[in-house]
Amino acid sequence: MTYAINIALLLLLIVTAASATFLVKELMSSVFILGSYSFFLALVWAWLGAVDVAFVEAVIGAGLATVLFLVTLFDTAPKDSRLRRPPPPLAGVLGLPLLGVLLLFAANDLPSLGDPSSPPNVHISPYYLQQSYADTLTPNVVTSVLMDYRGFDTLIETVVIFTAGIACALLLKETKS
Amino acid sequence: MFELVQGWLQRPNYFAFVLLFLWGIYIMVTRYNLVKKLIGMYLMQTSVIFFFVTVSYKEHATVPILIDPTEVIRPEIYANPLPHVLTLTAIVVGVATLGVSLALADAIYKKYGSLDEEDILKKLE
Repeated sequence: MTYAINIALLLLLIVTAASATFLVKELMSSVFILGSYSFFLALVWAWLGAVDVAFVEAVIGAGLATVLFLVTLFDTAPKDSRLRRPPPPLAGVLGLPLLGVLLLFAANDLPSLGDPSSPPNVHISPYYLQQSYADTLTPNVVTSVLMDYRGFDTLIETVVIFTAGIACALLLKETKS
Repeated sequence: MFELVQGWLQRPNYFAFVLLFLWGIYIMVTRYNLVKKLIGMYLMQTSVIFFFVTVSYKEHATVPILIDPTEVIRPEIYANPLPHVLTLTAIVVGVATLGVSLALADAIYKKYGSLDEEDILKKLE
């Protein structure tokens, strides 16, 4: 029973933080609330057993993304200049609830939360858990998959980040006019 | 109808995912400020990652780090590691693309003096 209360509370935290990010007018506060939302996500993931993802989210999601947002806001306008909003478009009012109903209608076809015999948990992941130590001599299975089984993928991922860095540098370069 | 609601209660992660995902799209569609649009995009990205990680969860299971590798390993006592690896890549790449889009917003502000979509469109005419 405590388990059900725990997860309900944590999900409520996440959803509240997410809604607060777009209800506040100051962009600065909304960015800080977004950072707290990332920390709550990291909390949930650590609790669900995904410690590596929780570390990455706390450092990259809550730390780096917040810093990037703040640097942009310091350079530009820190306030949402629009006082009165025009009515939202029809697609936002009708289309999105319809999409939500469709998504929730499909909920019963998905495995329930924490089911150890659900298809993603029994199809291929037992092989990695059982064989990764014999194959790679690393007790942390996430590390062995990331750095060994999928080493090339991780290598190319750094190329993506490098490209993003070059793009940022070119965009932010002072143009001579 | 009752079965449907019962199904949602067994899958609170999916319910939260749908809420966050739709909120993200809603912000992107309705807000005029470019930084707010990017906040919506970030919410959408993290909602999908959230869904993947919660799928990997097994009840009464621990983190996917082998306690004693010399023993016979029972997969049901460790969380599923594969979605974790997938989402590690997704988080890092997501923040990299977020950085590029924030740099674009900065360049737009330097050229047009505003982050408001309507103001920028007026100045383009």
